[in-house]
Amino acid sequence: MKIDNNQLLRFTTAGSVDDGKSTLIGRLLYDSKAIFEDQLAAVESTSKRKGHEGVDLALFTDGLKDEREQGITIDVAYRYFTTPKRKFIIADTPGHIQYTRNMVTGASTANAALILVDARNGVIEQTKRHAFIASLLQIPHLIVCINKMDLVDYSETAYHKVLQQFEEFSSKLYVKDVRFLPISALNGDNVVNRSENMPWFQGAPLLHTLETMHISSDINKIDARFPVQTVIRPQREGFIDYRGYAGRVASGIFRPGDEVTIMPSGFTSVIKTIDTQEGALKEAYAPMSACITLTDDIDISRGDMIVKTNNKPESTQEFDAMLCWLHNAPSKPRVKYTILHTSNEQKAMVKEVLYKIDINTYARNVEDKDLSMNDIARIKVRTTRPLLIDEYRDNRITGSFVLIDDATHETVAAGMIL
Amino acid sequence: MSKYYLNYLDELESEAIYILREVWAQFENPVILFSGGKDSILVTHLAKKAFYPAKIPFPLMHVDTGHNFPETIQFRDDLIDELGVQLIVGSVQESIDQGRVAEERGKNATRNALQITTLLDAIESNNIDCAIGGGRRDEEKARAKERFFSHRDDFGQWDPKNQRPELWNILNGKHFEGEHFRAFPISNWTEMDVWNYIQRENIAIPSLYFAHEREVVWRSNSWIPMSSFLKLEEGEEVVKKKIRFRTLGDITITGGIESDADTLEKIAVEVSAMKQTERGNRSDDKRSETAMEDRKRQGYF
Repeated sequence: MKIDNNQLLRFTTAGSVDDGKSTLIGRLLYDSKAIFEDQLAAVESTSKRKGHEGVDLALFTDGLKDEREQGITIDVAYRYFTTPKRKFIIADTPGHIQYTRNMVTGASTANAALILVDARNGVIEQTKRHAFIASLLQIPHLIVCINKMDLVDYSETAYHKVLQQFEEFSSKLYVKDVRFLPISALNGDNVVNRSENMPWFQGAPLLHTLETMHISSDINKIDARFPVQTVIRPQREGFIDYRGYAGRVASGIFRPGDEVTIMPSGFTSVIKTIDTQEGALKEAYAPMSACITLTDDIDISRGDMIVKTNNKPESTQEFDAMLCWLHNAPSKPRVKYTILHTSNEQKAMVKEVLYKIDINTYARNVEDKDLSMNDIARIKVRTTRPLLIDEYRDNRITGSFVLIDDATHETVAAGMIL
Repeated sequence: MSKYYLNYLDELESEAIYILREVWAQFENPVILFSGGKDSILVTHLAKKAFYPAKIPFPLMHVDTGHNFPETIQFRDDLIDELGVQLIVGSVQESIDQGRVAEERGKNATRNALQITTLLDAIESNNIDCAIGGGRRDEEKARAKERFFSHRDDFGQWDPKNQRPELWNILNGKHFEGEHFRAFPISNWTEMDVWNYIQRENIAIPSLYFAHEREVVWRSNSWIPMSSFLKLEEGEEVVKKKIRFRTLGDITITGGIESDADTLEKIAVEVSAMKQTERGNRSDDKRSETAMEDRKRQGYF
């Protein structure tokens, strides 16, 4: 299979046991032939033992022992399939409110989110929750799959009713690109193949949408940011004085000859070369990994950022952010956490909780200021030293951070800078 | 006019290089777990790229079951010479001789599970705080839940229900003394991606992956290579077949498939038409539905 020029698309699916999410993923994997005979045989035998009729497509997405026993998804599971047009990574996340943190995790790297709505029930709390998280995490594309169309006689009216409900509540959200699709995951209508049962629907089936959707603009190509991960000093023949700064371009484009500023020190220099093992590059753009050398000898280390002199991020010790609390142990007031932001690590404090958001109703709560598992809140952060930040809306890499509890080393919260 | 997006193999490569550099930046004493199989060869190849023009700044570690394909050991030693890096060997035979573990008994006895003790001992005695592996999420259902940076407690155990969330590209490798991490830079690669990349980069792999004539025995639905470690059961006979291996592990349990694919191009074509997963020929995974999860919890690769 030659698909060498094809892009990688990451999408997330969120849903509960009943809305057919697992069946939809099973259907995509099955119809795109990503399921092997031994996997099919294993699922067939499990289906039989559990007394299910036929093959339960949903079983393909079960992973851990507890999940198989309880028939639920606990943790994010990653699935892969490839078509002649693209490679896909599915972050399959549980949709229940208890698992908000997993939805947030799956959404953080996604180009697209699939939101499933049961055509019989229309928009429910859970739909609003998923849409909210997709908008909070700035997933560039939203695909609302109105599922179980077979149970509403493939009715166009039923489809439009759900579509209208969605439009109404989602006007409050910040979403760039929303598409709607009437499907039946169980029967395969409009999943891989166009449905013959819904001639009134003119749009493309789900897989075609995923294969052709424009994603090369999903990454910011304007603001050039290069967080330094580590310094490369070969100290071997031919490279005695070599000093390269290794990292992954977070956004924008760098070229040899570019005037750059090293932050936070503020020193300026010019890019001499952009090196890879295959040879020097004429340009490096996000999300490429590369090694940059400069014309001047400057002290640069991990945590510094190379940016273009005419376009710098903000250097600040205080900023507002949306925070999702990820840990069982609630937040501790006035406690210092370790903050990881790009390759930089500092200490930080949640200075103030401005309000919490009810992710089902989008209502703000200014009374209750304690952060516990799955809470989402607007906060003020103060750090011991300046961070080099952009707004999350403009830059998912330089606009995001996590907090770590120094007592346990656990990742306790994830933040998006406003 | 240039395009400003990566194709999927370049994006996977860039992600893996990013993770390898994070390992180097966040840990004191990492190693690459090297089995001689294609996945660990790929990780080593990516590490070479990640630190170019410097050498790979950490050792390779081989957990040697003693039941090796001779070709694998030769390949390993040649690669070490070429890279100029240190090799650490953890020996299952030594663990047995020291009474740390006992050989399994019974018909399908293997040294597969014994590797866990040897691996954890080697990690402890060499003060390793991060072991980089070639595990992929598409391999097995328990591995689908694995993080890029995966925490192990001071007993080397994995707690799949209590994993640190990983968001964006931020990796948290913080740990207490005695704990260690496993890092999986090629988590997002599938078997097909690995073969497409090996072909594109023309990476050297052991001859065992290419179709060759070999003496084999039909057992557990696959062709098990004849070796001095294999005890023939009644009714089993040694035959000569043209086979190749999809994965390489302990010689006593790694089954080959009949194949004519003797070039990387032919292998890629063959793999894309495969109807069985690559671990389908590994009898260690067939023991129960959650065999891999159970072993991983204890500290397996």
